[in-house]
Parts: sequence; C-alpha cells; structure tokens
Amino acid sequence: MAYNPGMELDMGWVNGAVVDLPAVNRRAATLLTKRTVKKSWQAAWLLRAVTCIDLTTLSGDDTVTNVQRLCFKACNPIRQDLLDAMGMGDYGITVGAVCVYSARVKDAVQSLKQAGGAAIPIASVATGFPAGQVPFETRLKEISMAIGLGATEIDIVISRDLALSGDWGKVYEEIKACKAACGENVHLKTILGTGDLGTLTNVYKASLVAMMAGSDFIKTSTGKEGVNATMPVGLTMVRAIREYFHKTGFKVGFKPAGGIRTAKDSCAWLALMKEELGDEWMRADLFRIGASSLLTDIERQLYHFVTGRYAAAHQLPM
Amino acid sequence: MAGNLGSEIRRIFENMEYGPAPESADIAKKWLSQHKDSLGHFINGEWVKPENRKTYTTCSPATGEALADTIQGEEEDVNLAVSCAKTAFQSWSQLPAHTRARHLYAVARNVQKHHRLIAVIEALDNGKSIRETRDCDIPLVARHFYHYAGWAQLSDTEMREWKPVGVVGAIVPWNFPLMLSTWKVCPALAMGNTVVLKPATFTRLSALLFAEICHEAGLPPGVFNVVTGNGSFGSKLALHPDVDKVAFTGSTPVGQTLRRLTAGTGKKLSLELGGKSPVIVMDTADIDSAVEGIVDAVYFNQGQVCSAGSRLLVQENIFDDVIQRVKERLKHFRIGHSLDKAIDMGAIVSQAQYNTIKEYVDDARATGADVFQPDIPVPAKGFYYPPTLITNVQTVSRVVREEIFGPVLVALPFRTAKEAGNLGNNTNYGLAASVWSENLPTALELAITLKAGTVWVNCHNLFDAAAGFGGYRESGFGRDGGKEGLYEYVMPKWEQTTRHHVDIDVKTFGASFGSGTTPTPGQGGPSKSHLCPNGIQQPLVDHTYKVYYGGAQKRPDGCYSRPIYAAHDKQTIVAYVGDSNRKDVRNAVEAAHKAAPGWGKRAAHNRAQIVYYMAENLELRRQEIAQRISLLTGQTLENSFKEVDLSIQRLFYWGAYADKYGGNVQETTLYGCTVCIREPVGVVGIACPDEFPLLGFVSLFAPAIVRANCVVIIPSDKYPIPALDFYQVFDTSDLPAGVVNVLSGNKDHISKYLTEHQNVDAMWYFGSAEGSKFVEFTSAENVKRTWVNYGKERDWMDHDQGQGEEFLYHATQCKNIWMPMGTTFSN
Repeated sequence: MAYNPGMELDMGWVNGAVVDLPAVNRRAATLLTKRTVKKSWQAAWLLRAVTCIDLTTLSGDDTVTNVQRLCFKACNPIRQDLLDAMGMGDYGITVGAVCVYSARVKDAVQSLKQAGGAAIPIASVATGFPAGQVPFETRLKEISMAIGLGATEIDIVISRDLALSGDWGKVYEEIKACKAACGENVHLKTILGTGDLGTLTNVYKASLVAMMAGSDFIKTSTGKEGVNATMPVGLTMVRAIREYFHKTGFKVGFKPAGGIRTAKDSCAWLALMKEELGDEWMRADLFRIGASSLLTDIERQLYHFVTGRYAAAHQLPM
Repeated sequence: MAGNLGSEIRRIFENMEYGPAPESADIAKKWLSQHKDSLGHFINGEWVKPENRKTYTTCSPATGEALADTIQGEEEDVNLAVSCAKTAFQSWSQLPAHTRARHLYAVARNVQKHHRLIAVIEALDNGKSIRETRDCDIPLVARHFYHYAGWAQLSDTEMREWKPVGVVGAIVPWNFPLMLSTWKVCPALAMGNTVVLKPATFTRLSALLFAEICHEAGLPPGVFNVVTGNGSFGSKLALHPDVDKVAFTGSTPVGQTLRRLTAGTGKKLSLELGGKSPVIVMDTADIDSAVEGIVDAVYFNQGQVCSAGSRLLVQENIFDDVIQRVKERLKHFRIGHSLDKAIDMGAIVSQAQYNTIKEYVDDARATGADVFQPDIPVPAKGFYYPPTLITNVQTVSRVVREEIFGPVLVALPFRTAKEAGNLGNNTNYGLAASVWSENLPTALELAITLKAGTVWVNCHNLFDAAAGFGGYRESGFGRDGGKEGLYEYVMPKWEQTTRHHVDIDVKTFGASFGSGTTPTPGQGGPSKSHLCPNGIQQPLVDHTYKVYYGGAQKRPDGCYSRPIYAAHDKQTIVAYVGDSNRKDVRNAVEAAHKAAPGWGKRAAHNRAQIVYYMAENLELRRQEIAQRISLLTGQTLENSFKEVDLSIQRLFYWGAYADKYGGNVQETTLYGCTVCIREPVGVVGIACPDEFPLLGFVSLFAPAIVRANCVVIIPSDKYPIPALDFYQVFDTSDLPAGVVNVLSGNKDHISKYLTEHQNVDAMWYFGSAEGSKFVEFTSAENVKRTWVNYGKERDWMDHDQGQGEEFLYHATQCKNIWMPMGTTFSN
C-alpha cells in the first residue's frame, strides 16, 4: 500500500479549487461511452475488479455468522471452476479487503484465519460511522480500539459540519489526529461523505484537505448519504488525487463506495482510474471499491463468459 | 476453455489494457448488397441509374476497403431531379401545415427505427467513430426532424408573413454527412420547399440510405431527392434556373465561388463556412474541465468540424499548467477503426485531407514551433493522424491563422480578458468560440465581445435543433437550426419569385467617377430663388449640401458637386450636392466603425429615444420637406405629405423595435440557458432607392440603427436632398457622431467602394439589376451579407413591403450563447 505522509495545510491551494459541475457531468457521462471492454478483456477486468473490492457489511444486524460468511466469500470470491476455466485458478484471487464495523473486527480476524485468508486486510469503519456526530475523543478512541482488535485499515468519516461551514483548518486537524492514531502501519481511508457536501467544489476541497492531512485513501461516501459514489464525484476526487500527486509526489488511493452494484459499473470505475490517473491506480494498493452485492454480479458475468449461459442466482454461493 | 484463453486473461489481468470492441458491420453490408453494392441517385421516390455514368467507389477511410459504387451525375440528372422537385413543390407547398408536420414527424420516427444502421453506415463511410455517429450525428438528425415538424405545424401562425421559396439545392460536406444535410432539409421541408441534396463525394452513402428511409416513411416523391456527383456537378445544381435557393455548408473558398456563381440571379443563398474558433481559458476556470473541453473542441470528429476550437488562448499565469495537462490528457487517446466503440479518434476522411494536415504541421515544425504528439499506437493502415498540440507559435503563424480541419490545436497565451477577446477576434472567421471561467461577469462579457455565431460557456461543440448555428464574417451567413433557421427558406408573401440574368463587367462596374450626372456647372439655368424683404429683391442665402459623416458636414473629398433638378423642369437646379468618391467611403466607414462600439453599448431605450426624437424634429419641418419632395419628384403635395407622415410613423415603428427584438431563450436540450442574442451586423452600407426619396431612406437606416448597426447610406441618386436635409434632423436629435453617415453622389460608384470595403459587414442595395449582381458578386470577397432588389421596385408606402420582419432579419445576426448551469449536486 502507498503511504501518504501528508503536508502542511495549504489554504491558498484549497481556496483556489473550483469545479464546474455541468462540465464534470458531461465528462463523466461520455467517459463511459468512450471506453468499454469486451470478451476476454471484460473477464480479465472483472477479475481485477474483484481484487479491488472492499467486501463490506455495515448493518445494525451484523453478527458473527454473516461476518463469517463474508470472510469466506472474501477468500473465495469466484467459483473455483470458473477461475480454472479462465486459467486463473492458481492465481490466488481474493477481494482487496473486508470492511466491517469496529465491533465486528474481532469476528473478521477469526473468520479470515479460519478461511485461510489471514493476509486479507481488515478495514474497520470508525469515528462514529456513518454520521461522525460523536465527540472527537471517542472517535480517536474507536480508531485505537479497532486497531487493537486487528484492523489493518481504518475508514474514518470527516466532520461534515466543519466542511460545510468552511472550517477546513479544523477538518485538517481532525484527520491529522486520526492519522496519528493510525500510525505508519495502518492505512487511513478518509470518507468525505460527498453526498453531504453539496458542491463538487466542496468535494475537491475536502479531497485536498484530507490528502494534506495524510489520508492514504480518499473515499466517496459511507453508503448512507442520499447521493453515493457517482461518476462525477469520483471524477472530481481522482482529479484532486492527480493534482496532489503532481504537486507533492505522493500517491493517494481512491475508494468509491455506495451504490456500486453491477459488473459494468466496476469496469467503468476501472476505466475512470485508467483514464484520469493511469494503470498504477487500477490495483488494490491504490484503488478499492466499497461494495457488498457487486461481487455477485461480477461472478454472474464471469459465469456467462465461461459457459455462454446466464447463471441463476442460486448457482453461485452468496 | 483452451490454455490460450488462460494466458490471454492472465496477460490482460496483469497489464489492464483495452481490447477491441467492434461494432458489427454486417447489417450495413447487407443493405449495400441489397443494392448490389452499387447506388444511383434517389429521385422522385425511386432509384435512378442513368446509363453510361462514371462511377465513384466510396471507401472506408479506416481501412481503405471499398464499400460501394456510386455514380457521377451529369447535367441531365440535375435537370431531372430539379424538375421533379419543382413538380412536387406545387403540391407539397400547398399541403396544410399539419400534414407537412406529420410527414416530418414520420421521418424522425423512421430515423430512430434505423438509428443503428445509419450510424454504422456513416461511421464506415466517413471514418469517424461509431460512438459519435451513434451518440451525436444520428440523434441530432432525428432531433432536427422533430423540432422542425413542430415548425411545420406552427408555420401558419409563426411565419404568417412568409412563404416558401421553391426548390432548394443543398450542398453539404463530408464531415457530418447526414447531420448537416438534415440541417438544410428540415427547415426547407417544414416551410414547404422541396429539396435536391448533393452530398459530398467522399460520403454519399448515408444521404442515399436516408432518402430511401424518407421514401418508405411516406414522404411524397420528389419532395426530397439525392443526387451524387463531383464539385462541378454541385455548381450545375446551384446554377439550375429552377433552383430558388442554395444552401451550402463547406469551405470558405467554395462558398465564395457559389456566391459569385449565383450573384444577381435572385436565388437565395446561405453559407455555413470555415472557422478558426478560439477556446479561451481564464485563470478563473476549472482547468481540468477546460482540458476536457479542449478535447471536445478540437479532437471531436478528428478535428474535422467547422466549429472546431482550434485556437487555444490561455491566460499567461496558467499557460504552462494547462499545456502540461493537455499533453497528459492526449497520452490517453486511443485511435482506431471507426467501428471500434472504445476509440477517441478515427481516421481522417481521405488521403488528401491527411496530406493537408500533415503539411500544415510539418510547416509549423519547420518554422520553429513546438509540436507535441503523444506516443500512442496508430494503426498502420488507413489515414490516421495523431492528436497534435502546437505551441511556440504567434498570431503571424500560418497554423494560427488558417483553418486546418484536422486534430491540430495551436496555443497562445494572453494577459487579460480584454486581450483574450482581441486575440479571439483576430481572425477572418467567426463561427464559434468557447469561454472557460467560473466568473460570470468575465464569461458573459467575453461571450458578447467575441464575434461568432455560437459561444459556448464552459463547454464546446454542443448542438441542438432549437439553436441556430452559423457564422459571422467569412464563416458565412444564415443560420441552421432554431426559428432563425427558417428565414433562410422563405420569402415575404408579397414578393414574386423572379429569375434574373444580367451581364456586367465587375471590373468596370461603377468604377468611373462623375458618370451619370456630371458634377459640372452649366447644365441648368441660373438660380431664381429670391426674397423681397421691404421690397428689395435679394437672392436667398446660398444653401450648401455637403456629405455627412462622423457627425459633421464635410466637403466631399473630390470637391465636386452635382446638380439636382426640379421634377418639372430640367433647367431648374434645386441644389448642388457633393459627389462622393472612394475616399469619402473610406472616411465614412471609419467614422461608422468608430461609432459602432459606443452605439452598441447604449441602452436600447436610449436608441429608441433618439429615433423618436428624430420623428419629433422631422415633424417640425414637415411642410418644408414635403414641399421639397414635391418639387423634386413631381409628386402632388398631398402625396408628399403622406410620404413625410409615413416616414415619421416609420421612425416610431423602428423606435418601438429598438428594445423589442433582442433575442430569446432557446429551448435546447441543455440543462441551463441557451440564449439567442440578435446582435447588430456591424457597419452596413445602404444604397437607397430612387422611389420615395425620404421614406426609402428612413425605412432603411432606421431598422439598421435601432438594432445597433452603424450605417453609411447613399441617398437616392436623383433625389438626394430630403436625405441630406435629414442630417440636420440627426444633429438635433442627439444621434451620436458616425452612427449614420450620408454620402451623396453616384449610387453605383459609391456602392462599388462600399461593397469592396473589407470592413463593411453588410451591403443593402436598392437600385438596378446590374448593381444588385455587382453587390452580390463583389461581396463574396469577405462574405458580406447582402440585401439587394435585383432592380425590382417595392412599394415603400405599403407596410408589408416597407417595414416588418424582413428588415429585422437583415439588420441582425443571431449569436447563440450556451450557458450550462448548476453547482450543487446533492443536499
């Protein structure tokens, strides 16, 4: 994984950011019509997408059993016969990580160990996910506890109230404190809650502030906001990542999350990364897709690729 | 699954490359083989393949593969098509508006039914990407038919004063073969005309397919015909005596040729020509979006777009950054077969066009410019040219001044928005422009400043049937699209179609000074005007008429004066008037240009007030001027009073229009605002008719100036005095200096120099058939807009003829400004 040490908050840079919504919408809409992959390319791209999935369960009714099921699926995301047919049976295809609430980290650690996937990273959401409306001290505490339980990645949410009021200095300080709580070995993914930010200009500014504060990844949304990972938001964030890279030399990863459900979507997001950032950003160390049901659709598409037939849902392990 | 597949998937999984994504050509090939790969003309609802015609084999530019044979038409084919169209016009033009609307609607529907086939044929034949034909060209074809089905439906109410012109000859280029055809066909058919279309040589297939589709959709035979042939075949079509209107899209030189060919014939003409459109990026822009906009601007359709944003102007403080980002962006380009769904650019249309592009770029390189072309794969076969960015060039560079019509962008820095506007306008063309800034006052002011028919704000190359498209300056005249597009296919109801044929020598026409009425004394009797105060007879104080420009009376440059006689007696010289020459024209045009910016910026209310004030001041002199008209023309005093009174009324009429014809909001598909602004044409030369020396003068200058033009006006040859009296009215009505400039003298002599003046934007000529031909012919040089009467008088006393929308049409040009809106995407 890439590591972003961050930098001093540069308010001149942040305040100069401006994003034209209609133009971004147009690019986002046409990008998907300009790029497509078919046949073997589609299959290979879908497999790559699998390796970038943060396989997620974030529900009030999560218990040890469904977390277990999730972890076993994380280690065996595509049916072995399908992988074999594509010559990828021995490749060790797994998802990029599993993503759970901090209270379920312990279950995930044990389940992955049982499933033979101890190397798969465990991402814990923290800091009062999804709203972040809890005292800051408890947010920091949650990070340390999740790490203590075995989380290797922490997905935090920013304080949208601070962002909306333009208090970017405070947003910066908070993320920086979270980064310190993560230390150098635990990766910090910062959720901007873009659906709460209103404008793409705010999304761009939040992206810059999050990166300056040392986020290793910036992530679109919690999945709980009204607007989740849309292409225009993603385009805005990856452009911020590109500018940050050009100015600092640090590579920051991108994680769209929320609402990504189809195999076609996953190829579109990969194409976005390829077009705007380059091939390096198409790997799990710099690209993750936060999703729960996406994997099923990808497996169905691969089934069709291998067999020429459309699968029934019950033929694939849930 | 074979082991090969395994290694292939593994390889792709590791390198994440794109693969081929081909669109099938099978159905398109089936359509061609249905016709045995050999297509004729489509005339009068059927395929026509005359014997012994040469053929032209159309090829796919992507591979060179032959697609089908088409025929090279000859004169008798034009004759057949035009005569069928003429016959069809009799019934088509008489159909109820609703019936024509149904027909256009049916065509739109049928285009959608065959959308994919048309898109594939177009991509195959032109080399452009299937994505563009599928997502842009063909949807716009259908959209135009829907939109104009609406205008057909509404024509009785919305176009009440107008009627169709007859047979339209449409000549279109190869860059958007079908789309640009429908831009002509839709408004023409909607207004009740019939059409003979000549597609470009390289790209004939889609028009022929479309003709078949229209026929099947029930369009009556002869209403829409397609004939194929070479360039001179196109000229034959344009020159056919029964073609009443020529609608052309293509290069400026060919447009100029068509202007000269049709000059004086009475055919209507609209020209949509070349461009060198600027893309202006301010430091207040969203730069990444601007970079993407640049891609849309100049690499769309391989840059073979008349509105291509081929001149990138960037504020100097962000110049390097923008250039760097454009270069980076170009590294992601994919070039390939037109039927590959995942390419950014296809092949150039032909070897010749490819060579032209290459020659321009090589020349730039040789003269020291920096040429950037990304290191990306280019197919070995086919006419592929990489996206190109040229820096280190200046306004003097050939690649900066000339239209290249390829994927070549030149970039120059500027310092301020004002300089950006000046650089943007430093071109012979004026088709389009885009402005990139998140600052509304900056963007809007630039949009107004730029002399172009379309200005896109924070976008480029958006098109819609509801907004007119067309040029200023040498980019042509007339508009395709919108309600404004209808006027290119209609004529006033009172007018008769006539065809004229006059021969003139354009070199000598109007060239000699002092012809007609010689500016010498001794051609009449002595002055008989006297006053007898206190019984002492004394001559009237001598009254001297001068020429009038820059708000002052000036002695004519030549210092010659010509006599003006009373109607009743050729011995009575009413006055001598200045005899203007080319230097007076030069000075007057200069004065008009000096006045134009300020006059344009005045509030419309203020322009109206000035014109009303003229009416007030004219009425004060009602008696005197009526008497003088009567004396000069021999009209009864009663009729002369009528002329003065109607002139006053007309000043009111045009004063009223000063603030009521500014434009409208176009209901395009854009989320945002597309505003049509009816801008002034600029400096307008006007030659007044001899009939109605005052009313003709007023009826012509008033619509021009209320719509913010400045004019150089030649009063009636024979009766210039009422117009010269009028300059005292101007002076007492607060008219700013230079807005109206009056040059008396020989109409044709002055018209010659006005028409030849490169800085006169339009010429209105009411005089002889010969002069009309001269004006149209000579205007080709800088593609002036013209309005001539072909020697036919009109009744200026009649409201239908002496005022109305026709005058507004000639006094304005439409600029469509596209302004997408929105900042908030959520919450």
